[in-house]
Order: sequence, then structure tokens, then C-alpha cells
Amino acid sequence: MLDKALKGSRGYWGWLFFLMGIMGAGFLAYLYQFKNGLGVTGLSRDISWGLYIGQFTFLVGVAASAVMLVIPYYLHDYKKFGKIVILGEFLAISAVIMCMLFIMADMGQPMRVMNIFLHPTLNSVLFWDTVVLNGYLFLNIIIGWITLESDSKGIKPPQWIKPFIYLSVPWAVSIHTVTAFIYAGLPGRHFWLSAIMAARFLASAFAGGPALLIILALLVRKLTKFDPGKEPIQALGKIVTYAMFANVFFLGLEFFTAFYSGIPAHQHSFHYLYAGLDGYNKLVPLMWTSSILAVVSLFLLIFPSFRKKEGVLAFACVSLFISLWIDKGFGLVIGGFVPNMFERVTEYWPTIPETIITLAVWATGFFVLTVLYKIAVTVREETAGIEIEH
Amino acid sequence: MSINRREFLRLAGVSALAGVGGVAVFNKLQNNALEASEFTAGPNALNAKRWAMVVDMSKFKTPEDYKRCMDACHSTHNVPNFSNPKDEIKWIWPEKFEHAFPGQENPYMNEETKEKSFLLLCNHCDNPPCVRVCPTKATFKRKDGIVMQDMHRCIGCRFCMAACPFGARSFNYRNPRGKDANGQPLIKEENAAYPTRTIGVVEKCTFCTERLAVGKLPACVEVSNEFSKGGLVFGDLDDPGSEVRKIISAKYTIRRKSEIGTQPSVFYVIGGNDYAIVPEIL
Repeated sequence: MLDKALKGSRGYWGWLFFLMGIMGAGFLAYLYQFKNGLGVTGLSRDISWGLYIGQFTFLVGVAASAVMLVIPYYLHDYKKFGKIVILGEFLAISAVIMCMLFIMADMGQPMRVMNIFLHPTLNSVLFWDTVVLNGYLFLNIIIGWITLESDSKGIKPPQWIKPFIYLSVPWAVSIHTVTAFIYAGLPGRHFWLSAIMAARFLASAFAGGPALLIILALLVRKLTKFDPGKEPIQALGKIVTYAMFANVFFLGLEFFTAFYSGIPAHQHSFHYLYAGLDGYNKLVPLMWTSSILAVVSLFLLIFPSFRKKEGVLAFACVSLFISLWIDKGFGLVIGGFVPNMFERVTEYWPTIPETIITLAVWATGFFVLTVLYKIAVTVREETAGIEIEH
Repeated sequence: MSINRREFLRLAGVSALAGVGGVAVFNKLQNNALEASEFTAGPNALNAKRWAMVVDMSKFKTPEDYKRCMDACHSTHNVPNFSNPKDEIKWIWPEKFEHAFPGQENPYMNEETKEKSFLLLCNHCDNPPCVRVCPTKATFKRKDGIVMQDMHRCIGCRFCMAACPFGARSFNYRNPRGKDANGQPLIKEENAAYPTRTIGVVEKCTFCTERLAVGKLPACVEVSNEFSKGGLVFGDLDDPGSEVRKIISAKYTIRRKSEIGTQPSVFYVIGGNDYAIVPEIL
């Protein structure tokens, strides 16, 4: 099937070369970082994780969101998702690849990465995260490929793939739960030490991931002859609405606990993120942008009359995606490190090499996504009008 | 030489068995081998069930006293000086009360305590979160309670830095063996008896395991004895007759963030008399 990715229009190749240009720039920036150390980033003794780990965290959520298509289709027999489940699975593949690249970019000694498997440490959440992420990548590659190949031949997928599909449901939940546990189990980091962290992660994932899928589905319709359909997109819109509502609600719970209890250590990070602490307020404009975009998107999503207009839905999804990207891809990680263990404030901002590397990882993700979507869309175009059955 | 299928299978089977057996033999040998990144204990080695330190800041009078302890540690262990807080590496350093014990301060406390600097270092916790989170066992707890770090195994993920509630860990953001902007080496005078570190690994205080192995006290404790007997006291917390136990049972001591349950091994003397109540067991 890979051959389908090799025949494309001028726009297709132009886009791929554009992405490769960014990837090349990122590779050079990475060589610079590799030689000079992580000191070339904005990271410090006090804020030892930043943009890379934030992006990793956010993208695990995007990857997990494929399950929002798998559950309705395979467990509830919602037939309308039949033709677009593959878009979710392929999005998951590219998201997991980005996660892994961000982890590699963040490591001080990337050449020693195999130590994780040479000295497996069952008490380390990071060890388990490596295991579940690799497993999830494997599951989505095999499920996506086998089902799409069957579709292209006009036959039913083999029966043995079913257990893998069912396994992918709890597995998707596990990747984001384990990622939340990286944060939620650390004594002394009050902002992260919250029992609702994993639930919040899942809610934001199930809002942000499907929102991106809606945008991608609309793009696919615009750029190719494959139409994912009005109804599946509306169904996704409903999922996004519920999940986003849950996400905002969970964030509200965090605020309540911190401020009604009145415990200063629980409030410091919130102060820093939304109002500034001890005169430091670099993240305040970003966090308020995130909050405003969240309210705007939720307002547009809640009323069916707005949501049903695809233009409005697309706008709401873009707002929501940016809102969650700021909140989870940046604020959540940095906020946990402020104030530091001595209740002093150190601020963080990514440097230029760090930003280029980050953009290049996203470009790599979009490269993989474009190639995979090209294959999937070509199969759908070639088999248009034929009902598929999994 | 050509081999047929049967021979090949036999060879493969034997090799597989040898592989499994080899691992077993290797593991057996490991019982006598050193754990990762340790020093061979000499005949005069100091031993303990649980090493601990008592810090009595009342014995420190001038800023010079603090500096001597820090310099002794940092020069012994080839700790580089990056001269900026962003890339800074430190094993032992001073902080004011409100930063050393956040949440314990109050607006009416006496000036002396408020303005006093406290020496901070790794707490060598009984229940260390850094060891719990490390994905490669590069940081581990020894039988004598010391939390150690294997510089050759560390992958530089910095999970331990996020996990440590005491900010005791530093990361080599830049090459510690390199030079600063003025061309001066970052390690002013290299101590050939102690290894330097590579870029991209995490490090911290080790309670001077390399000195204990040859019968010497930690560098900071040794130098503190020169100007203030009892400023820094080191000993076995498990031994009721040890100096550290005598002080802890006689004086009011506190530990940093004791409420989060990591059980630090570093105790700070806040008040009380010398050996006010000497326990009967002595």
C-alpha cells in the first residue's frame, strides 16, 4: 500500500518538501544541542523540564484520543465512523512518534536510551510510560494497516485483528494515565500532586484530539475526493463538547481545592500562572489566552445551532486546540516548577534552538501524518461507494 | 565449513543454553562485585547502618565558615563553577530559614533565626523519591542509607530533579570539563582522585562515600571541625551511642519537609542544651 504515498499532486509534494525543510533545520539545531548540551535551551536547575516534555505530555493525549472513534465504532456499532476510524489511528501513530522524538530531544544522554530496557525498573513511572507508548504505537500500526489493507481489497479484516482492537481501548487510557502519574506521584510538587490529574489529562485529551481530527477531516474533504461525511464530524463535535466541559470542570475543581482550603503551597502555582508571583508573570498572558479561548470554544460548542455550522465548528475546534495546547503543553509543566523547592521563583522561556527543534518534531509528525493520510485517502477514493465492514 | 540443519539446530540450542547459563554465572559473580559506581572499602573504612548528619548553625559565625564548607566539598568533588544560576551545580549551599524550611517561618520570629543561613545538602532520605522514579536505577540507595548516583548509567531524563522535594540535584547542562567565556577551566583545580562528570547527567552530594571508604569523614564535616566543633556532626543514626544520636535526643531538631514522609537523614539543631538529657542506655 505504501506505493500510494508515492503518487501525488504538486501540492502534496510541495507540502512534504516544506516539512522536510523544517525537519532539516531542526536536525541542525539538534546537532548544536547535542554538542553543547541542554544548556542551549531555556531549562535550568529550577525548571528542569520545559517545552519538550510539555509537548510530549500534550501529544500523548492526542494519541490517546483515537479511542474516541474506536469505542463508538467497535463497541457501540456506530457505523458512521467506519470510514474515519483510520484517520484516528493514523493520527495516533504520528502523535506517538512525536512523543518519542520529544523524549529523545529532552534527554541529557540520548545515546544511553537503551539503559531503560537494559535495567528495567518496575517502580519507575517513566519505565512504564516507555512500555505503554511503544505498545500503543505497535497496536495502532498493526490495526490501522491490516484494516486499511482489507478495505482496499474489499474484504473483511481477518478475525485475529479483533483482540488487538479491543486491547487498544484500555491501552489508550493507560498511556495517558501513566503519563499523568509521572506528575501526580511526586511529593513536594503541589501543583501536580492531585488525584484528579489523570482524569484531567484524559478529559483534555478527548477534547483536544477529536478537535484536531475534526479539523483534519474538514481538510481531507477540501483537499481530496474523500468526504468523511457530515454526520461523523457532528458526532465528533458532540464528543469534543462533553470532553471539554469535563476538562474545564476538573480545572475548576483544582481551583476550589487550592483556594477554599487556603493552603498557600497549593495556591502558589495558580498565582504564578494566572496572576504572577513575587513580581514574575511571564506566563500570565498565555494562560489568560488559554482561558478565554476555552470559554469561547465551549460557548460555540454547547449550542447545537452553532455547532452544526461547520465553519463555526472548525473555528471552535481551532480555539479549543490552541487553548489546550497552552494549558497542557506549556503551563502545566512550567507551573509545577514554580515556585521551586525553596519557594523562590525562576522563570522559563524556550530559546531559539529549542523552538526550532520543537517545530521540527511537529513537522516530522505532520510528515508521517500526511503520508499515512495520503494512503488512507487514496484507498477511500478507490473504493468509493463500497460499504466497508470491520 | 558447512553445517546441516540438524547441526545448526543443535548449535543454536547449546548457544541458547550457554547464554542463559552465562547470565546466571555472571549474576553469581556479581555477589562479590562492587555495586555500580562505588569505591572499594579499605581496611579503615567507616561503616554504619544508617549514616546521618546533624547541622548546628549556631556554631557557624561568619560567612567565611559557610564558604569553607562549600569550597571543601566542591573542590574535592570537582564541582564546576558555571557562574550563572541557570546551569549552576551545587552539592552544599546556604539558604535563609524561610527558603530552607518554607512554611515554617512566621512574621514574628526572632531576627537571629530569620536571618541565619542554613547549610543545605542532599538529605539521603530513607524513602527517597529520586530513587523511586529513576527509570534505570542510576540513582539508588546503599545499605548504609546513602543515596548514590551512577554517572555512567544516568540517561539525563531529570525525573529525579522533578521528584526531589529538596532541590538537591543539579544537571550538567553544559560540559563541566570545558572552559568558561574567559577561557578559564570550569573546574578550577581538578582533584585527580575524584572523577569529573560528563555532560548531560545529574549529580548531587554523596555523603563522601569515597572518603568513608578510606576512613575519613565527609569533607564538609572535616573542615567544619577546624573552626567550630559540632557545627556539622556525622555518624550512625542506628547506633544509640553515636554523637548524632546523642545530639538528636538532647536537643530540639527539625528536618526539612518532614511531613511528606521521605525521612531525611539530615537534622537541623534549632535549640536546647548540649546533651540536656543523656539517655540511660548510654
